[in-house]
Amino acid sequence: MSHPERRRRASRLALVAGALAASFLALPLVGLLWRTPWSGLGHSLGQPGVAGALRLSLVTSLSATAVAVALGVPLAWVLARADLPGRRVIRALALVPLVLPPVVGGVALLLALGRRGLVGQWLDQWLGIRLPFTTTGAVVAQAFVALPFVVLPAEGAFGSADRRFEDAARTLGAGGWTVFRRVTLPLAWPALAAGAVLAWARALGEFGATITFAGSAPGRTTTVPVEVYLGLESGRFEDAVVLSLVLVAVSVTVLLVRRDSWLGPLRA
Amino acid sequence: MTAGLVAELELSRGPLALAVHLAVAPGATVAVLGPNGAGKTTLLRALAGLVALDRGCVELDGAVLEQAPGGPWAPPEHRSVAMVFQDHALFPHLSALDNVAFGLRARGMGRRAARTRAAERLDRLGLADRADARPGQLSGGEAQRVALARALAVEPRLLLLDEPLAALDATTRLTTRRELARHLAGHGGARLLVTHDPLDAMALADHLVVLEAGRIVQEGSSAELAGRPRSAYVADLVGVNLFRGRADGDRVDVGGAGLVVSARASGDVLAVVHPRAVVLHRVRPDGSPRNVWRGPVEEIEPAGDRARVRVGGPRPMVAEVTAAAVADLGLVPGAEVWVAVKATEIDVYPA
Amino acid sequence: MTRRRPTAAALAAAIGVVGACGGAGTGGRAALDVFAAASLTEALTALAPSFEAVHPGVEVRFTFGSSSALARQVADGAPADVLATADEATMAPLIADGRVHDPAIVARNRLTIAVVPGNPLGVAGLADLARPGLTVVLCAPEAPCGRLARAALGAAGITVRPASSEENVKAVLSRVTLGEADAGVVYVTDLRAVGGRAEAVAIDAAVAADPALQAVYPMAEVAGADQATAARAFVAFSRSAAGQRSFGAAGFLPP
Repeated sequence: MSHPERRRRASRLALVAGALAASFLALPLVGLLWRTPWSGLGHSLGQPGVAGALRLSLVTSLSATAVAVALGVPLAWVLARADLPGRRVIRALALVPLVLPPVVGGVALLLALGRRGLVGQWLDQWLGIRLPFTTTGAVVAQAFVALPFVVLPAEGAFGSADRRFEDAARTLGAGGWTVFRRVTLPLAWPALAAGAVLAWARALGEFGATITFAGSAPGRTTTVPVEVYLGLESGRFEDAVVLSLVLVAVSVTVLLVRRDSWLGPLRA
Repeated sequence: MTAGLVAELELSRGPLALAVHLAVAPGATVAVLGPNGAGKTTLLRALAGLVALDRGCVELDGAVLEQAPGGPWAPPEHRSVAMVFQDHALFPHLSALDNVAFGLRARGMGRRAARTRAAERLDRLGLADRADARPGQLSGGEAQRVALARALAVEPRLLLLDEPLAALDATTRLTTRRELARHLAGHGGARLLVTHDPLDAMALADHLVVLEAGRIVQEGSSAELAGRPRSAYVADLVGVNLFRGRADGDRVDVGGAGLVVSARASGDVLAVVHPRAVVLHRVRPDGSPRNVWRGPVEEIEPAGDRARVRVGGPRPMVAEVTAAAVADLGLVPGAEVWVAVKATEIDVYPA
Repeated sequence: MTRRRPTAAALAAAIGVVGACGGAGTGGRAALDVFAAASLTEALTALAPSFEAVHPGVEVRFTFGSSSALARQVADGAPADVLATADEATMAPLIADGRVHDPAIVARNRLTIAVVPGNPLGVAGLADLARPGLTVVLCAPEAPCGRLARAALGAAGITVRPASSEENVKAVLSRVTLGEADAGVVYVTDLRAVGGRAEAVAIDAAVAADPALQAVYPMAEVAGADQATAARAFVAFSRSAAGQRSFGAAGFLPP
C-alpha cells in the first residue's frame, strides 16, 4: 500500500471513530428529546417545584461562579507568578475538587463547615452563621466543585502570557495593579471567560455535594439536579424529563454562544 | 548634578557576567554593538529597572535610580526611562492611539487629554490615519513607529531602543532608519540604542560602544572603530583584517607567520589590513610588496561589482577585488593564489 | 474493514461475560437478591443467617435503600427476587403492573422523634417541632416515612417547615447524629439501631397508637425472578415465628 493511500485509510478510520464518539454523546440527548412530553411541557414547567428549582439553580450557579472567579483568579495568579515554596501542593489542592467524587466533597464540606464542623462550629457559635440547609450552603458546595475550572485555564493564561507586554507597560509608568488591570487581564480574558463559563456549567449541574451539604428544601436548596432526582424517585417522571431538557438546552445554548463573544478582544 | 545617564553596572545572569561603565549625555545617542549573548539586552533591561543589579549605580539627570547593594532601587514605573522593543511589543488589545496614550494615562493623565496628545504624536510621525488600527493590522514599519511614538509620548529622560530595526525587511529598514534618526534628534533626553548592525549604529549614533561577553572592548566614533578595531568582532563589523601579535622593530609576529610593517613598534600590537590593500596574483609578484605568500582560495563573496575573497594559508586574509579580477585570475575555491600586501598598508597600534 | 470486526467481537464477548455475572452466589450456592427499605436493614440482616441455615443452597444478598428508589428500579427491570417496601402505596403500582405478586405484610413500625443525646433543646413532642429556630429534618414527601411523618403532623394540626427533606430515614437520622439537625422524625427501629448516638422522644400517645399512622411493610416476590422458589420461601420465613423474632428484636411491631 502506498503512503498516500495509507494516510487516507487512517483518516477514514479517524472519521469513523469520531462519528462513534459523536453518536455516543448525542444518543442520551436524543433519548431525552424522544421522551419529552411535548404536549404537557407547559404544565410541567408551571409546576411550582419546577419553576422554583429553575430560579434557584440560576441564582446559586451564578453566585457560585462569581465566588469561584473571585477566589480562583488571584489563586491562579499566585500559582503562575509567585515564587512560593509550596506551589505544587497548592496547585494539587486547587485541583482536588476535580478528582473528588462530589458526594465525598459534600461530606468533607459538612465536616469542615457543618454545625459541628472544624470551622463551622465557630461560625455558628461566634457569628451565628449556619451553612447547611441554606441557599448560601448550596452556593458554597457549587463554588467548591467549580473552582478548578477557573483556576486551570487562568493559571495557564497567566503563566504563558508574554511578559514583554507587562515590561513595556511598566517602563511606560504603570504600577503593578495597573499592569494587571490594563494589560495582563485583557490579554488573559479569553481563557478566563472560558473558565468562568465552564465553572458555571459545572455549578449548574452540581448534585452530589449540594444534596449532601445543603440538603433539599424547595425554594431554598432544591436545585434543578436535585429536583430531577427527586422527581425520578417519586415517579414524577415527566417533570424530571422536562427539567433535564431545560438544563441541557441552557447549557448547549451558552456553549454555542460562548465561542464568538469571548474571543472578541484579540480578533483585530 | 550630572545631566544625562551615568551608570556603572555589574550583574550576573546565568553564563553572562556584565560589567559596564556607561555615560550618555542628554541629546546624544550612544549605540551599543555586540554579538549575540554579549549582554546588550540585559544592559537595557537593567537600565530600565526590569532586572536588578548585583553591584553598581545608575544615575539619571542627577537622580539616583539604583544603587546596589543596599541602596535605593526605583522600579521601572518610577524611572523616566522608556523602551522601544525589538518587535514593537504594542499591546495587541489596544488601538495604535490607545497604545500611545497608555503611558500618559498610566501616569495620571485623563483619558481625553491623553488621547489628544497621543493623536498629536502619531500625526507627527505621519500615522494619523492609522490611529484606530490594531497592532495586528499595521505593517512592520508602521508598528515600529507607533512603538517609538508610545515611548516618546511619556517624554522620558532616557530612551532605550532594543534593535529597533532588526525585525524589518531591507527596504523598510532604510526608510525607517532615516525617520528614526530624525525623531531621535528631536528628543531631548539621553538615548541608548542597541544593535548588531554597524550601519544602523553609524547612521543613528554619535558614539559607539562595543560589548563582548559582558564587557566593553572598545568605544569611540565610527571612524575610530573602523580605523583602529580592537577585537575580531569589530574588525568583522567594519570589514577589515585584524591581527594580534608581538612587534619587534619592523616585524610583527602573528602566530607563527610574520608581517613586515613600515612603522616601528614593540610589544603587544594590533595590525590592521584593509581588504583593498590585499592584492592577489596568479604568479609570484616581484617588486615592492614585502609581504608575499601563497594560499588557497577559501571563499568568494560577490558584492556588487566587487568581490571579497577569503584566502587561507599562514596568514588568513580577506581581499577585496573587482569582479573582473576574479575572472582574470581564475579565482575559484581551492585555487592557489599569491597574496601581496605592502608594508605601508599595514596599520599597527598598541593592543 | 478487517480492523473493525475483531473489536466488535471482543465487545460482544465482554458484555456476555458481564451478563453472566449476575446470577451466581459464592461457594456454588444460588443467590437470592432481596431489595428492601432502609429501615429493615438490621432486622433482615439478622434474619438472613437463620434463613440460610434452613435453606443451605441459598445465599441471601441485600440491597437496602429508599422504598421509592428500589421500587422504581424493580419496575425498570432490576434483577431482584424479593421486594420489601416501607408502605403499601409504594408497592401498589408494581402489584397493579404485575411486576410483583403475592405481597404479605411482615412488620409494622411506629414513628418517633430523634434528638441529640441529652435533648439539650428540650424537645418534648410533635408540637415542639414547630418551634421557630429549631432545625428539623423529615424524609422526602414521596418516601413512606415522609408521608407518614407529614400525616402525623397534619393529624395533630402542626405545621413544620423542614430544613431539609432527606431521601430515606437513615439519612434523616444521620443529620441528627452528625449534629446538623436538632430533631428528625424517624422510625423506632432506626433509632434503636444507632444506639447512643441519638435519643428518642416519644410521640404523643394518641398518634403512636393510631394504626393509620404506623408504617406497614409488605414483602412480595418479583415476577420472573431467577430464584422464584427461594423467594417464596423467604417471604414465608419472614412471616414465620423464627423470622418474626428478628423483627421483634429490632423493635418492629408484628404485622
